Amino acid sequence: MAAHRCCFPVWLFILCSFSLFIIAGSQETTVAPEQHASVLDNPQTAAETAEQTAGESGGVEERRWEGTEVRDAAAQKQAEPAVLQPTPQPKDDFQEELVVRPLHSGDIYASFQFRTLWETDFMRGNKVSHYRLFPKSLGQVISKFSVRELHISFTQGYWRTMQWGQPYLPSPPGAELWVWFQDSVTDVDATWKELTNVLSGIFCASLNFIDSTNTVQPSASFKPLGIGNVTDHRFLRYATLPREIVCTENLTPWKKLLPCGSKAGLAVLLKSEKLFHSSFHSQAVHIRPVCQDWQCKTTSWELRQTLNVVFDLHNSGQGKREWSLFKMFSRTLTEACPLASSSKIYIDITDNPEGEQFELSPATSLLSQAMVLGDRRTFSVYDLTQQDTFGSVRSLNLLIRWKSTEGDMLRPLLHAERYVAGYGLQTGEIHTLMYNHHPYRSFPVLLLDSVPWYLRLYIHTLTVTSKGKDNKPSYIHYQPSKDRVRPHLLEMLVQLPPNSVTEVTVQFERALLKWTEYTPDPNHGFYVGSSVISSLVPSTVAMDTNSTRERPLFSSFFPCKEESSYFVRVYTEPLLVNLPTPDFSMPYNVICLTCTVVAVGYGSLYNLLTRSFQIEEPSPGLAKRIANVIRKMRGVPPL
Amino acid sequence: MGLLSDPNRRRALINLLTRLNAPICGMPVEWLVKTMQARGLEVYTQRFSRTLPFPDENKERYMVKGTNVYGILRAPRAPRTEALVLSAPCTPGDNNNQAVGLLLGLAQYFRNQIYWAKDIIFLVNDHDLIGMQAWLEGYHHTNTTGMDWSPLQGRGGSIQAALSLELSSDVVTSMDLVLEGLNGQLPNLDLANLFYAFCQKIGVLCTIQGKLQRNDWDSVSGYSHAVQTMMLMVMKQASGRPWGDHGLFLRYHIEAATIKGINSFRQYKTDATTIGRLLEGMYRKLNNLLERLHQSYFFYLMPSLSHFVSIGYYMPAFGLLAVILLLRALDLWVQLATPPPTTEDGIADIEQSSPGVLSVLTPLVISHLTGAALYMLPIRFQEMAVEHFPVSETEAVVLTAIAVYTAGLALPHNTHRLLSGEGTEQGWRVLKLVALLYLAVLLGCTALINFSLGFILALTLVPAAAFVTPHVPKVLSAFVLVILSPACTLLFSVFFFQELQEMPVSFLDGWLLYLSVISQGILDHFLYGSLVYPLIALLVYPCWLLFWNILFWK
Repeated sequence: MAAHRCCFPVWLFILCSFSLFIIAGSQETTVAPEQHASVLDNPQTAAETAEQTAGESGGVEERRWEGTEVRDAAAQKQAEPAVLQPTPQPKDDFQEELVVRPLHSGDIYASFQFRTLWETDFMRGNKVSHYRLFPKSLGQVISKFSVRELHISFTQGYWRTMQWGQPYLPSPPGAELWVWFQDSVTDVDATWKELTNVLSGIFCASLNFIDSTNTVQPSASFKPLGIGNVTDHRFLRYATLPREIVCTENLTPWKKLLPCGSKAGLAVLLKSEKLFHSSFHSQAVHIRPVCQDWQCKTTSWELRQTLNVVFDLHNSGQGKREWSLFKMFSRTLTEACPLASSSKIYIDITDNPEGEQFELSPATSLLSQAMVLGDRRTFSVYDLTQQDTFGSVRSLNLLIRWKSTEGDMLRPLLHAERYVAGYGLQTGEIHTLMYNHHPYRSFPVLLLDSVPWYLRLYIHTLTVTSKGKDNKPSYIHYQPSKDRVRPHLLEMLVQLPPNSVTEVTVQFERALLKWTEYTPDPNHGFYVGSSVISSLVPSTVAMDTNSTRERPLFSSFFPCKEESSYFVRVYTEPLLVNLPTPDFSMPYNVICLTCTVVAVGYGSLYNLLTRSFQIEEPSPGLAKRIANVIRKMRGVPPL
Repeated sequence: MGLLSDPNRRRALINLLTRLNAPICGMPVEWLVKTMQARGLEVYTQRFSRTLPFPDENKERYMVKGTNVYGILRAPRAPRTEALVLSAPCTPGDNNNQAVGLLLGLAQYFRNQIYWAKDIIFLVNDHDLIGMQAWLEGYHHTNTTGMDWSPLQGRGGSIQAALSLELSSDVVTSMDLVLEGLNGQLPNLDLANLFYAFCQKIGVLCTIQGKLQRNDWDSVSGYSHAVQTMMLMVMKQASGRPWGDHGLFLRYHIEAATIKGINSFRQYKTDATTIGRLLEGMYRKLNNLLERLHQSYFFYLMPSLSHFVSIGYYMPAFGLLAVILLLRALDLWVQLATPPPTTEDGIADIEQSSPGVLSVLTPLVISHLTGAALYMLPIRFQEMAVEHFPVSETEAVVLTAIAVYTAGLALPHNTHRLLSGEGTEQGWRVLKLVALLYLAVLLGCTALINFSLGFILALTLVPAAAFVTPHVPKVLSAFVLVILSPACTLLFSVFFFQELQEMPVSFLDGWLLYLSVISQGILDHFLYGSLVYPLIALLVYPCWLLFWNILFWK
């Protein structure tokens, strides 16, 4: 399918314009010139593309590559024309990569990222109708709903920070959606409602359950990740569905958004029977505008599809600590996606510099260093666009064989958990614990809590304590809930003292729902979404005395600003709360029915027993007398 | 079931069990932590300490310090919202090693499975119920009993169900299910059904109250066997104490039961693997639940494992007893309302009823003060009693309680000293009316919470309440009233319970047992929050004193 799209762009173009002609004859005049214009643009921008992508890998991504890596990328760009078809140089670009990180627990973490860049403008009045690498369904969503930024994630499982460290891309259990709209949108709520329904169809998920009762507008926690300086949170909507179950039906539409589908490249590995035989599974789509060049004169759209999965040592291994691509995904790699400008596999070998922890085969000489989450990591790189990567067997099956079970992980500096305290069905208390494991630095965190209206928070009971002392938040944004309309929103900026636990508690009362509001009988309870903790965490590199010893003295006195802290978002576990539920079973119905019958029976019996019956006195009342007068006047016999 | 079929796992389990046959209890915390970690669990510990209000002579403990160890099996792709608990108590001196070994074996086997949808918490609790109380309070961050515990580090969300495992001997011939929890709470009947169904499927002998099910329902002996089983349940439930470690879970709305391995010296023996299969089956069923257990009964009595008496059948029996009180009260009301057939004028009537208010209020207040003394004094005065009398602390508490109880019998004398005038005919009627309604409400509420306790109290108190007037023969009635008082009911219950368990005791042993039961009851209240002791001391006993007062009305 993808190959077809590449080979016959002209054919597609004709088909496209023909169908448009049929559907809307009136629009035909406006569409056609623009398409011609876009085709004409191609040669001009083609030369820039190669330069930009090399630069952007440093500028826009969260990870910054060391000099070696940039050179590496540039070298690879030169090889690019040989791989791609000799079609007119596109102004869109596709990259794919897989990062594999062996975890200390013996588990293995695999993170796929697929990035499509497209220099186009959905907004400036012109209808974009020629799609090459960028999925059309998403492009139409962006232009129709004036979306500036869209982040959607589907996660099955909970990221175990204390055992696995920080993930490259955090996401809460269930579905999460947050969208920044353009400031041209007038009715944001209506657009949001429509957008969630459309996305629900695209991703085969229950996103249509997002309504005003679980949507909030965070004031500080979610800032735009792309370019743009509008931070008015009226244009932001955030919602989570903690009980959303993610399965193959969500994976298939996600894979269809890829240019190569699951036919070639790294996406070949994405077989659902293995992906869902894991400890953690998360897939996400991020759309944002990014700069095209350093001057940032024009913007392009970035679509980043990510998929994170953690495979469990105990579930899939027979006691052997050994991992291979085939064992993880039941596939091996034979080629890169032909449409991709870059296709690489990174293996994190930071803890394994001399190969004493695990053994990697086939070995590679290509190394790369990067700052990831405040830590300097070393990776082995496998470039799939190079034919010699596949060796003589024409297939790549990476193998990691553990040698020792020793080795301890650096404790994550920020970690959080949450639970419901108390018993009974009337009241309760939400406890959120935030751990700062840094030995001597304190840092501020932004806590976002969105609690459904049926838990009535007693905000006056809010306490924040760390080390046994009251810790006053420097910023609190609280929006009270409205029953059946909107949830509670609580945002706080809290300073976490070094090496401490900060506990945030707030009491709540469980509301009694109307009887139609209860979920159908087989239900676990009511879910409360994860709270979100966003923070700039001091980097571990600054803590590392060894590396400063190696560095020149003049470079190491003041901590480097960029290295000194990094952004982390931590999600707590969702909560499951039981509300007082009437017993909707047969005895309950019997009781209701009996009470009704007794009330009716007793009422009439009591009425009969206590009422005194009297013969009506013959003198008629005033009304009757007047009526009789009128009747007499009309000649009707009186009452 | 994979546990039996895989020879490797079986060998590992047997190795573990033989290792555990050496006495390890006394909680080898470090070893447990290491072993659980090696099985791929997230392991945490919790320290707790508790000083009992007075020494527990049955279990020989006063200042308790211990450590709970628990490992959480994180379910793959589950968001930590739900959990199941499997616990095994590990007490010093006691041999529950088999259970701990089986727990570890199961943890290892469960860890390798992909199908878990709920986290499973494997808990080894120190000092049985006290450790369990500390763990549950820590998990839910409540403190109802003033215990010191260190906060828990890891949690698994809301606990859906829990099983506690006790294997007291190496040889197990049958599995016994214990359901009665704190304050007579019972888990959902489906948990019992689940246990029974799996016992049937796997072919394990299963009992309830230590009694096998018999098939001859029609015969007299079969019927009496079932009645015996049910009466045992009634007695246990009425005691309001947790009869296993599961008992404390029920407060938190967690369905829980204790499974006990019993050696009843039968031919057929059950090995640890079979028990493991039984537990595996039960946990897989609980894991698959899409909702909390609620479709079935929470109020039931079980004459055998496969039969139950529902609330609809047993509640009318209590209702009929309680209606006697109401009819009596109605009778008195009517008597009070009709003008007395006397020739006296109306002024005399008013004079007659006006001291009535005071004559009702005084006994009410005094009897409740006596009840409060019965509740407070035993613990408060134990030190003084130990100084002045040659008794231990525990004896001091129990004997003080009995002394206060007996002293309350002098109440009518005190009341009359406080009251200036003579008690009138009208006066005792009003007092009895109040007492009857009080008792009816009290018993009604008790029966709703703990049917068995309400029923046993009703059986003894209702006849006393119904017949007592100042005009019946004093000595005989006093004797009957004392026999029917709550303390004597407890004494009879002790003997009756021993009889039901087919372990009859002599009177002296029974008396000692009685004393220890009182001390246990008081301890249960202070340690776990059992409500029976305050209920008896603060409400039932004062109510009974009112009737005692009526008998000696002057």
